[in-house]
Amino acid sequence: MHYEFDAVVVGAGGAGLSAALELARQVGQTHRIAVLSKLYPVRSHTGAAQGGIGAALGNVEEDHWEWHAFDTVKGSDYLADQDAVEIMCREAIECVYDLEHYGLPFSRLEDGRIAQRRFGGHTRNYGEGPVHRSCYAADRTGHMILQTMYQQCLKHDVKFFDEFHVLDLIIHQGRCAGVVAYEIATGRLHTFHAKAVLFATGGFGRMYKVTSNALALTGDGVAIAFRRGIPLEDMEFFQFHPTGIYRLGILITEGARGEGGILRNNDGERFMERYAPTIKDLAPRDMVSRAIYWEIRNGRGINGKDYVHLDLTHLGREIIETRLPDITDFVRTYLGIDPVKEPIPVTPTAHYAMGGIPTDVDGRVVTDASNTPLPGFYAAGECACVSVHGANRLGTNSLLDILVFGRRAARHMAQYIQQVDMPAMPDDPEQWSRQTIARLMEGDGGERHGQIRAELQSLMMDNVSVFRTEETLKTALEGLAGLKERYGRVTVQDKGRRFNTDLLEAIELGNLLELAEVTTFAARQRTESRGGHYREDYPNRDDQNWLKHSLVSRGEDGGLVWDSKPVVITRFQPQERKY
Amino acid sequence: MQVRVRIRRYDPAQDQRPRYQEYVVDAEPEDRLLDVLNRIKWEIDGTLTFRRSCAHGVCGSDAMLINGVNRLACKVLVRDLGSTITVEPLRGFPVVKDLVVDMTGFFKAYRAVKPWLINDETPPPTERLQSPSERERFDDTTKCILCASCTTSCPSFWSNPEYIGPAAIVNAHRFIFDSRDRGAAERLDVLNSREGVWRCRTIFNCTDACPRGIEVTRAIQDVKRLLLTERV
Repeated sequence: MHYEFDAVVVGAGGAGLSAALELARQVGQTHRIAVLSKLYPVRSHTGAAQGGIGAALGNVEEDHWEWHAFDTVKGSDYLADQDAVEIMCREAIECVYDLEHYGLPFSRLEDGRIAQRRFGGHTRNYGEGPVHRSCYAADRTGHMILQTMYQQCLKHDVKFFDEFHVLDLIIHQGRCAGVVAYEIATGRLHTFHAKAVLFATGGFGRMYKVTSNALALTGDGVAIAFRRGIPLEDMEFFQFHPTGIYRLGILITEGARGEGGILRNNDGERFMERYAPTIKDLAPRDMVSRAIYWEIRNGRGINGKDYVHLDLTHLGREIIETRLPDITDFVRTYLGIDPVKEPIPVTPTAHYAMGGIPTDVDGRVVTDASNTPLPGFYAAGECACVSVHGANRLGTNSLLDILVFGRRAARHMAQYIQQVDMPAMPDDPEQWSRQTIARLMEGDGGERHGQIRAELQSLMMDNVSVFRTEETLKTALEGLAGLKERYGRVTVQDKGRRFNTDLLEAIELGNLLELAEVTTFAARQRTESRGGHYREDYPNRDDQNWLKHSLVSRGEDGGLVWDSKPVVITRFQPQERKY
Repeated sequence: MQVRVRIRRYDPAQDQRPRYQEYVVDAEPEDRLLDVLNRIKWEIDGTLTFRRSCAHGVCGSDAMLINGVNRLACKVLVRDLGSTITVEPLRGFPVVKDLVVDMTGFFKAYRAVKPWLINDETPPPTERLQSPSERERFDDTTKCILCASCTTSCPSFWSNPEYIGPAAIVNAHRFIFDSRDRGAAERLDVLNSREGVWRCRTIFNCTDACPRGIEVTRAIQDVKRLLLTERV
């Protein structure tokens, strides 16, 4: 079918819903808006976010958005663009109040104001000590945001296309002209002709074996944009969250340490005191993840194994069960352990892509080192790179990012769609999608996508995770070339049109392979260590040569091409990053 | 260990009627049932179809009937299911394919209770105040992930699909008992109708089924009591 809309939002997580709501509020009466999601409503991974959303409300103690901005920049290892960080931290406060007005059930202080807790890397007065900045609803803040935003979208009659999997982006005559989507229930392709498209498609943690990410997080939007010629920014920076449940990777919120939880090695030692004397267990995630691995490498993992303990036992049942009920439930369900009485076995887990589709502060996708926008194409949330997270994101800043920049993108889109006519369309916009489906359905190469995915995830986990070297990155690139070649021979077993998840998983694997290659390539180029990108062969930060964003695109010969662009620095000059 | 998994298969486009297919797979006792289903799909039979996403019990995609009771496949472990596991789609919804059901009616019932904060007063420049005890009053029902385990375990719903169902009532409760909300009357009108709360026979299946531990039956009773004491 051929649909026409003024604005199409792809993805129904926090960024997509926040944009859709703002579009509905601004131009919903006069313009046609659609939200496409490959999932059913409220299944998006925003719902899994636990610990809170950062905003300097100062409800518990003195706080200022400038302190928040400093922490974000320092946490990013000075790679974040400071103009964007300032906008985010300033607008955070209004954003949280708006959420409250929309009905979000925040936890409360005795005086009835929004409760706030400590979180990693968030400090008072430019680094003096931890500050209560994370606004939370127990340990299910993301769930509440997702529900609240979806509820508001229903109230404003937003049109949803549930279980529509976007396969391609239509770019024609220098403008974005819409998307091609696969209707999962029927197997039909649809063209959505639109003046403006926002990608809010989330991350791609499923390229790693151990991850906190949902099975759905396969980087579809990022890979589609890349395939259509958009360079990807800072892809070498992938965050490993220090406290995933051992082996499973399920997230244990940093809020657990914000409430006083302590990481301990086999000697029972609070080892973060050695790595970050000022804020200890609340150091930023990249530092804590490395510290855990160093402990394990030095034989101080629990019983010599590859994990450490997150100890909450001193917090008492009341705090644990009221402020951390969900993680308590996870630990009881999946490990059979009661965190009130026993420490939790944890290891780092692939969590968040700092890089992605480059945008400006209004969510406009930019296509080169001079930040030239592609008219009509927007991105927000984890799939985008504004960049507010630089080389390492602080906890609570992703929920903030999706709301602030989802809304800002929508405001720009609302203006844009009132100013332009419908773009022209190419002759056969569905061609690529049709051919891709046909190849996967009809080929007889005999390769199974499940097998290739498992190998991809092990390859990336072993070679492109917390520690990297020239050697591991070279191994990964060679391995990826082999996997890509085999992927060309994948065929699916399900030949039906109805709800063919076999086909969709094969398509998703293609996206993961593409992004794994870009991630590894960018990591090999960057011969320094910064934030989440740690090169054992280049262990120091090198501002002289590397205080810049990377941009990777696909050259005409099929190889990858590296470029860079400068970091925006406003008020915080780079300094050594110590906590 | 080896487990035998019996799965109800049905593709309305091809099959005359549903059938059961059996798979024998290796599994660890600590595996989630979802891990086992994924293994079958990725290694044995790509046509097996189910929804899934977060894999740790917060997105609500993979509610299904597991050994006769509604559970999330990602929140139940093999060791708690025994060596023969029967998996079927949720009862009471049309089957799209295998374990995937059409939840259109479920979301329609959800929308009917106006599941958004109703309050036209101009908000203060900062947050509205709410005491911890006011917040506690509706805490339990904020946990709902709309997985439909409750509604599709309810005999009243099976016998009358027009019944608005436990999940919609839970979500109405979440707002009715929120001190900031002013829409109780509109919601209670819906819940007091013929297909509203009075269809509930206090069977408690919904409470047993809820993967989030919500006391669903109690929430429904809260609403009934409110209707009896304040409105009728």
